[in-house]
Amino acid sequence: MSGHIHKDYTGAKFGMWLFLFTEVLLFGGLFILYSVYLARYPKEFITAGKELNVWFGGGNTLVLLTSSLFVAVSITALRRGAKRLCLGLLGGTIACAAIFMINKYFEWSAKIHHGIYPGSAHLKELQPGEMVFFNIYYLTTGLHGIHVVIGALILAWTMFLIKSDRVNANDWVILENAGLYWHLVDLIWIFIFPLYYLILH
Amino acid sequence: MSEEHAHIVPYKTFLIIWVALLILTGVTVAVAQYHFGAWNIWIALGIATLKAGLVVAVFMHMKYETRLFKLALFSALAILAIFIGLTFVDVLYR
Repeated sequence: MSGHIHKDYTGAKFGMWLFLFTEVLLFGGLFILYSVYLARYPKEFITAGKELNVWFGGGNTLVLLTSSLFVAVSITALRRGAKRLCLGLLGGTIACAAIFMINKYFEWSAKIHHGIYPGSAHLKELQPGEMVFFNIYYLTTGLHGIHVVIGALILAWTMFLIKSDRVNANDWVILENAGLYWHLVDLIWIFIFPLYYLILH
Repeated sequence: MSEEHAHIVPYKTFLIIWVALLILTGVTVAVAQYHFGAWNIWIALGIATLKAGLVVAVFMHMKYETRLFKLALFSALAILAIFIGLTFVDVLYR
């Protein structure tokens, strides 16, 4: 760290964590909504849950878990001086984000094609509990999808900083914080997947 | 621990955690195919919490952070638990 501007690593990381806590509370609110309506409409939630495709949900789970691995390893790579490996892994993470969003596009397209989207005529004919399930599903996975896109953009910007050596083996907190954000995206999905796709019984 | 010497997590540790996460995903999908009544949701949440714990502890380096970080994390989770708990006190006993 010789000759560098003083940076408070603990402070920077702690600030990121504080931000992540607000994100946890934001999604926590949506999970409270889910759990309250699950308690009220347990049968309807199962009927609606069976409509969701486990392959899309499960596939995207594998994609996000793997992307999280890439980000985690990229930090170790950068700190060991393996810049090219680090950039490759971050590129892989952004590719995972793209695969995730493409899956989401096909998944949502199929649902919308079957008349299942907020405010649709078909949804109004369903039981109130099923309508609520799909509305919260779109709200939660939609907000999560926005986070995936933002996360990918942040990682792309971090890659640019690494390429120009502004983030390097001695000064990596930006990559650390970008990684923390990406892991949060993974964390939220870890709960979305069983609650929405695996509610079969 | 001085910041210059902050822990560098080896590649192997991350790989082991990734494999564990994949296995747990398989387990949660398999368990969901069987009928356990109200237990299904609790098993699913239990496995998800375990997976989340692995991600936070290792991928997000919480295991290697100071007590301040851990205290902050538990405070945030406690606040979330209070939100959920108070909501259900209202919803279930209306």
